[in-house]
Amino acid sequence: MKKTFFKSDRCKGCGLCVTACPKHIVELDKKTINAKGYHTAYCVDDDKCISCAFCAIMCPDAVITVVKEEKGK
Amino acid sequence: MSEKVLMKGNEAIAEAAMRAGCKLFFGYPITPQTDLSEYLAKQMPKRGGLMLQAESEVAAINMVLGASAAGERVMTSSSSPGVSLKSEGISYIVGSDIPCVIVNVQRGGPGLGGIQPAQSDYFQATKALGHGDMHIIVLAPANIQEMALLTGEAFDLADIYRTPVMILADGALGQMMEPVDFGAKPVRELPAKDWACNGHGHKRLRNIVNSLYIQPEELERLNIERFERYKKIEENEVKYEEYLTEDAEITLVAYGITARIARTAVKLARAEGIKAGLFRPITLYPFPKKQLFELADKTNRFLSVEMSMGQMVDDVKLAVEFKKPVTHYGRTGGVIPSPEEILDEIRRLRREI
Amino acid sequence: MINVFENPKALTDIASHYCPGCTHGIAHRLVAEAIDALDIEGQTIGVAPVGCAVFAYNYFNCDMVQAPHGRAPAVATGIKRANPDNFVFTYQGDGDLAAIGTAETIHAAARGENITVIFINNAIYGMTGGQMAPTSIPGQVTTTSPYGRKPEIQGFPLRISEMMATIDGVAYAERVALDNVKNVRRAKVAIQKAFEVQRDKKGFSIIELLSTCPTNWGVSPVTALDYVREKMIPYYPLGVYKDITASKKEASE
Repeated sequence: MKKTFFKSDRCKGCGLCVTACPKHIVELDKKTINAKGYHTAYCVDDDKCISCAFCAIMCPDAVITVVKEEKGK
Repeated sequence: MSEKVLMKGNEAIAEAAMRAGCKLFFGYPITPQTDLSEYLAKQMPKRGGLMLQAESEVAAINMVLGASAAGERVMTSSSSPGVSLKSEGISYIVGSDIPCVIVNVQRGGPGLGGIQPAQSDYFQATKALGHGDMHIIVLAPANIQEMALLTGEAFDLADIYRTPVMILADGALGQMMEPVDFGAKPVRELPAKDWACNGHGHKRLRNIVNSLYIQPEELERLNIERFERYKKIEENEVKYEEYLTEDAEITLVAYGITARIARTAVKLARAEGIKAGLFRPITLYPFPKKQLFELADKTNRFLSVEMSMGQMVDDVKLAVEFKKPVTHYGRTGGVIPSPEEILDEIRRLRREI
Repeated sequence: MINVFENPKALTDIASHYCPGCTHGIAHRLVAEAIDALDIEGQTIGVAPVGCAVFAYNYFNCDMVQAPHGRAPAVATGIKRANPDNFVFTYQGDGDLAAIGTAETIHAAARGENITVIFINNAIYGMTGGQMAPTSIPGQVTTTSPYGRKPEIQGFPLRISEMMATIDGVAYAERVALDNVKNVRRAKVAIQKAFEVQRDKKGFSIIELLSTCPTNWGVSPVTALDYVREKMIPYYPLGVYKDITASKKEASE
């Protein structure tokens, strides 16, 4: 289930989210570039994501929003 | 009812500002203007206002920028060296298109200069008060009644044209006492301040008060727009006074305190059969160019009398477009010319005609 | 689905001009989060400096005023004195606040102006291309200290938070850093605390944020974070330098 959403057109490929992620599942997509010419960040393995939002906290450009599943009541 | 009160020039400005609804004043001590802020320090707290002494004239003018950006009527006052410190802030206020009133009670310069009255800040006030294409309205009172009257009008002009307005006085007018009637002030229609930064309250779009425009075309557009406002000011807001100019062969041009001395010199000359007259600009910007241009057809020559080495004389020449000779007589450094020495100059010029 | 992290409303939806990895972006978000948390966007006026953050007026949804270089605390004083119930904050860099604007900073603090100053300390002039700042560290190479800052020539950096703590008008002064998640979280708390101090009319509040300038430091954004930890924090220790709201017990801990 997807828990992180990246507004790729806003990403500047700075990599602060990559080093912030405790699960090491955020990377810059070397295969593509956005309109500004940056490799944009993305989550490589949604299942491992624990929705800690460390990536979003370190993002200077408000690229990332994070959700988590509502636990069954 | 006329409310005649005997008052010092500096205090008359302060009182008139409060009556014009000015609730905020930011100043810094400097002779010969300080009693203006002292008067406000005493009066404003009793009348719902605030007089705050800043750490420098630089800080003071920027507090003015803030209070004006928030939509309030606000004033600052200083004297020559202090006004130099305020020039950057004034340019920002112009560039932000927001109103305020600035008082310059001139003293001798340059540098620390002296503390006696002078008019050597004419260029600064009308030509070079800050960087960029800009003017501010400059009003030159010649008596204490005008110190009060023009201050009230300055606030209206500032709000109407969204610009700083300067009261250009001098140490003599600042310290002199004369009767003042605060009643007589024309009421003008004022625009709403919907641009003010006082919290959008989720009821309007946010406002930005700013003077930075990185795109040249946009900055140019704003400058052109501002100069269209200046054209309206030049068409509608010129003020001057004439004394015996109908048949004057020699027309003195003088403003402020010097105009009063020149007026006496004109009377003394008339007593000796010399046809002299006086043209007194009250607005130094907008300068009465048209009126002087027309006067040049009637008179033989102009004598610009100033407490400086000659600054307004250039504007008289430009206004007259060299139709007639224009020369300057003046004292500087804080020396006040006497009527007699001006009369000698009139006599000398009379011999040349 | 629960939102764990979304962007604050007080932050406009405009892509910022800041360089990749510049922590100005984080600082902007934290200020906007504080404005949202206190729900004061409608009563807030921000004052933008001259420096990289000169365009701050594009990034906040509250009213904004752009101040001359160094004069933001004076402009903020005018705005606050005009409408004391408004919230007023300045957002300034180290050149703006600790060089040309030092007097305005000290005297706004001394007057106990009820404003909040957000002070971005990245030890360099960014907008103009990397010159030495009043907070550049001894030995730091910049375009105007090409052989490294030498105190015997260019003097010593200023520790603003410590200076502010000596001024009676200051109600809250804290230095934080934006170099990792833990510190960013602390910075968020500090900034919100500063706005609360202003809300409770306790006096002047200032938060110094140690920040990066990858472009002019000539390092990658991630390496720049290490530089903050290894070089800046030792010279500029983090912590609360003044808090008149803290009860005696807390303050003594």
